[in-house]
Amino acid sequence: MNKKRLIGRIDVKNEHVIKGIHLEGLRKVGNPNDFAKKYYDDGIDEIIFMDAVAAYYDRNSLSHIIEKACECIFVPITVGGGIRTIADIKNALNSGADKVAINTQAIHNPSFITEASRIFGSQCIVASIVAKKVMDNSWEAYIENGREPTGKNVVEWAQELQKLGAGEIMLTSLDHEGTKRGFEVNLYQAVINKINIPIIASGGMGTTNDAINLLNNANVDAVAVASVLHYNLESISTIKKEIKVNNIKIRI
Amino acid sequence: MKIAVIDYDIGNVKSILNALSNVGVESILTRDEEILLNSDGVVLPGVGAFSHGMDNLKKYNLIDIINNYIATNKPFLGICLGMQLLLEKSEEFGLSKGLGIINGTVKKLIVKHPDYQNLPHVSWNELHPHSIPWEETILDGVKTASDVYFVHSYVAQVENNNNILSCTTYSDNTFCSAVKKDNVYGVQFHPEKSGDIGLHIIKKFVNICDSIRNKGI
Repeated sequence: MNKKRLIGRIDVKNEHVIKGIHLEGLRKVGNPNDFAKKYYDDGIDEIIFMDAVAAYYDRNSLSHIIEKACECIFVPITVGGGIRTIADIKNALNSGADKVAINTQAIHNPSFITEASRIFGSQCIVASIVAKKVMDNSWEAYIENGREPTGKNVVEWAQELQKLGAGEIMLTSLDHEGTKRGFEVNLYQAVINKINIPIIASGGMGTTNDAINLLNNANVDAVAVASVLHYNLESISTIKKEIKVNNIKIRI
Repeated sequence: MKIAVIDYDIGNVKSILNALSNVGVESILTRDEEILLNSDGVVLPGVGAFSHGMDNLKKYNLIDIINNYIATNKPFLGICLGMQLLLEKSEEFGLSKGLGIINGTVKKLIVKHPDYQNLPHVSWNELHPHSIPWEETILDGVKTASDVYFVHSYVAQVENNNNILSCTTYSDNTFCSAVKKDNVYGVQFHPEKSGDIGLHIIKKFVNICDSIRNKGI
């Protein structure tokens, strides 16, 4: 069996870690480098930095945060938010990121995913989907950090992204994001058997049981956690130990 | 002591330089022949396509330099694509010729378990011993089943069991995750992305470089 990954997701706005609900109502909660270092020391498997406002300004401003982070963090680092061009990807990788997460630009220009994965390898390209439920078992993809609907069906879009060359998909539930009421399990169930690239589930974790419930019911590869870690609700070692006790493989 | 990381324009090398610095060694990113040949250890990093990697090694005239360096019997470490390039050939995007230092072929990772067919293999996964004892190698002091970070779709099919330092199982496929031939090492995983265990492995490589330097080969 494959080991599941626990990923610390750090949304950043103007140098601060921020956290909202449904990606809105953002509050400052700390320093991104301090958070990342603490999560690394506590045994996180991976870190994702998202520039929360980059989409509005067409640029990603996390370079110096990434540069500093990779001096002391020796697990994979993904950067997302405002990645629009091949030069943006180069810049992120040169800063020390291992992967980039792309949402808005993939919708505007799907062939960007193909071009990026051809140049940098698919392992480097994480397609990010923000999903909002429209009716039972149907979700619509949103862009601009969850503000703009696209008319695209999430399951079909995920399949297309795989064909285009994405190496992983980070799937965020807009309805559950920031609510701490658990993952939107049926969203992941709807997508999981339709693609065979890794899925990172993001949005809604409030307790370790939420992660266990998701992993027992939808075979995602990774869970991204924000609030639980930012607000110190549970420690990374406790989360991992509990996941392992439930017969789910994870690095301890 | 000096460790050189080969600069051939392929992927993110910042983390490798940072990891070397973290274990307390001076390193330099270079493609300069004299610096490479005079280093106490050489690291060949790399992510991406095999043929692209070989093309860039050719473009910067690095193939002879690498062969000449390895002939000195000083330690060499290939990471991820850098390990795969040590083999004779790869089947990625048609057939491409490799450095041919280790006998074998790079092939697509075939996974058939119904629940685990995802590729690339992006995961922390376990190292298990194979033919070579780990003592006095880069895996000295690493516990069996330790987790390291993998991200790849191709694997090295190594002909000679005596070159297989560790193996790893993903889905229903067990593949070679580290190779060793004399002082040439290759690892399919990313030690620079594998937390404390990864840093330990890099430290062991540095220690091997140091002891060979002191012996004055």
